[in-house]
Amino acid sequence: MSGVATRSTAKPADYKSDVNAIWCPGCGDYHVLMSFTRAFAQLGLPPEQIVVVSGIGCSSRIPAYTNCYGFHGVHGRSLALAAGLKVTRPDLTVVVASGDGDGYSIGGNHFLHACRRNIDMTYVVMDNHIYGMTKGQPSPTTEPEFDTALAPGGTGVRPFHPLVVALASGANFIARCFSGEPNETANVLAEGIGHPGFSFIEILSPCVTFRPDERAWKERVHPAPVAETSDQGKAARRLMTDDGFNLGILYRGNRAPFQPAVSKSDIDLSELEKDFEL
Amino acid sequence: MATSPSISLAILGSGGAGALTTGDMLLETASAAGWHGLYTRTLGPQIRGGEAAGLLRLAVHPVECLPDQFDLLVGIDWLNAHRFGAEIKVGPQTLVISDPRGGDLPPMITESGARVVEVPMKDMAKAVPNGRPNMIALGIASRLLGFGSAEQVSAAITRRLAEKGAAAIEASLAGIKSGFGAAEGIAFGTQLAPPGANAARRWLLSGNEATGLGAIRGGVRFAAAYPITPATEVLEWLAPNLAKVGGTLLQAEDELAAINMIIGASYGGTPSLTATSGPGLSLMVEALGLATAAEIPIVVVDVMRGGPSTGIPTKSEQGDLNIAVYGMHGDAPHLVLAPQSVGDCVFTAQWATYLAETLQAPAIILSDQFMGQSRAAIARPADLAFIGARTMATEISGTYNRHAMATNGVSPMAIPGTRDGQYTADGLTHSERGTPTSGAADHLAQLDKRRDKLEQFDFGDHWASVEGAGDTAILTWGSLTGAAREAAGRAAADGIDIRIVAPRLLAPVQPRRLAAALAGVKRIMVVEQTHGGQFHKYLRAHYDLPAPVRAFNRPGPLPIGTGEIHRAITEWR
Repeated sequence: MSGVATRSTAKPADYKSDVNAIWCPGCGDYHVLMSFTRAFAQLGLPPEQIVVVSGIGCSSRIPAYTNCYGFHGVHGRSLALAAGLKVTRPDLTVVVASGDGDGYSIGGNHFLHACRRNIDMTYVVMDNHIYGMTKGQPSPTTEPEFDTALAPGGTGVRPFHPLVVALASGANFIARCFSGEPNETANVLAEGIGHPGFSFIEILSPCVTFRPDERAWKERVHPAPVAETSDQGKAARRLMTDDGFNLGILYRGNRAPFQPAVSKSDIDLSELEKDFEL
Repeated sequence: MATSPSISLAILGSGGAGALTTGDMLLETASAAGWHGLYTRTLGPQIRGGEAAGLLRLAVHPVECLPDQFDLLVGIDWLNAHRFGAEIKVGPQTLVISDPRGGDLPPMITESGARVVEVPMKDMAKAVPNGRPNMIALGIASRLLGFGSAEQVSAAITRRLAEKGAAAIEASLAGIKSGFGAAEGIAFGTQLAPPGANAARRWLLSGNEATGLGAIRGGVRFAAAYPITPATEVLEWLAPNLAKVGGTLLQAEDELAAINMIIGASYGGTPSLTATSGPGLSLMVEALGLATAAEIPIVVVDVMRGGPSTGIPTKSEQGDLNIAVYGMHGDAPHLVLAPQSVGDCVFTAQWATYLAETLQAPAIILSDQFMGQSRAAIARPADLAFIGARTMATEISGTYNRHAMATNGVSPMAIPGTRDGQYTADGLTHSERGTPTSGAADHLAQLDKRRDKLEQFDFGDHWASVEGAGDTAILTWGSLTGAAREAAGRAAADGIDIRIVAPRLLAPVQPRRLAAALAGVKRIMVVEQTHGGQFHKYLRAHYDLPAPVRAFNRPGPLPIGTGEIHRAITEWR
């Protein structure tokens, strides 16, 4: 562990731990890990100043593979855990890693409130439209006709649109990336981390084991054909008519982040007792 | 006139009659003069309207329970009184003040043999410009309790009505004087004994506020909040007061978020707390397991109410003992503590914070609605040395093993920002370093570590209240301790010596200490406020009870009174 990383000398390898990454061969998440370490190096952040927080699922394995501080918590609650950390330690860079099951299903309510709260952190969802860790059940972003053991013939339920939900709920930065483009993804991650407030970055990350059809995503993704915007109305229209494969920064808001003012007060605790001494 | 060391008063009215305010004024006035007191507001789950009653007991000594029977009952009206029939005990010794225009006296009074004196409070209020019947009642009660003059309550009134202006204060004082005068002719036969020459102005606070204060004293600087009756006041007290000491409170979207927020904050190095009640604790149980596995200190306050499910949110019960002690999946050693009175909430919350921080484990505090929402006039709780001091890793060279084996089981914790201390906190079974593993040896080693650090710790004398040396023991816990203590006092007058043993530390269990506390007893009465005898079963599971046992348990919402405990003891022959 070097622990020494400055803007000028940091290398992606400084942010990689010696724990062997274990995902299925061909999993998009390997590239996401690469994008993480590249983004951290690009920003030159000391690894001990970064915390990667996650929940449960394939994507949530990522903290231990970085050389940053990490928290691999319970299923679906990573955003809440990160909120408590960031408001009490605003000096830290907090990145939350999740997947479409962890983030949009069990963690769906926290997603809404994290967007609304707009604490300065970056939320990365590795979306593969399936529960991988539990072997192939439909997630909130799975297509309605996709056949699984749990939903033979498909769920018949319309997928969730995370980017629209993020915009409506108040996220301050919204982007979509593709794991197969690690350099572009690293750049967007660095932008999101640098942008004040709650940054939401969806990374399309194929599950080659349970969704071999997603190998075709590399043909379907394309740069968003429009310039980035800070206009919520424009962004709403763009996202509502989105084909699901537009890549890039799709919204960049200018809402001030939420950070409760913490007084540096060192008053004697007896001050608090005055209320009781009528 | 004869005096009594303790006088109790119930004041009743339909919603909006101001009965509860009247009780508050009396308690505030008495506490300023140096009396001790306890005041419980009893009401249904509605916000306005319906029934409301204030139950007040004032004394020259500390008060930790309500009386079996009220000495004085003032009914501003009787419109909803039937709903309190079982809760407010009256008898032939009770003096009832009733307004002839307040509706029919309920059976709980007509059948009790209580002496009823009619005072036309509504008419008297009309004779005072902007007068209100509850201020007449306040004047009557002030005189009967033995306050020297109607003016004695004026400070409390002035404080309460400051925003309403001088005219409102004037009207209230005029009403109080009118009531005070009218009470002159009422024979009550006693009044409160003077508070004593050395009586200081008392502290006035609820158990929920006391819990907040104790937590801050212990070092808590972050709280996450999701409202739930009857715990919300812990959080509402902390919100402004944490800010005063450089801390923060964050409102969560649900209890799942609240507990994960405090785990995140504590992982970052800030001692943290959340407060909830049974339904919320149920939602927090999964993350309590995470805090146990990842060795993150947190404090969770459960202000217990009637359960299961929504149960009786505004009334007390001790039914969350099982979930607090056994609720977690896997083997998850953690701390469970229970305060025993409003004042003890300060101590227990402070101690719990200290223990959680020291042992890097979650602590659940089992308070309850009765002490949480009662206001008490008490002596200022002493300052204690229990300030959370986590063992930290600050200078790290070589490989940092977050969960390293240590002789006391407590391994130094690196917080983010500490160079070369990077590790991933994990709910997965992990190695000493923190790396996930499913190996049997690592699993056993970490289970042992987490158990041993709690079992080897010396909790000292605070683990329980052990009082008296009789060969009859009352084993109880939580807010029932006060009633048991008072029952022991009565039994002593009958020649029965009672030993009170009330564990404040419910987990980890302390078998050697309990054995010592029970040495020589001939019989044991277990007293608890549950339907299923949870405490009794817990004792049976973990302790050798060295003598015949009788269990006295009953669910809420009715409080278990001193008289019932006393009777259960004296009838056991």
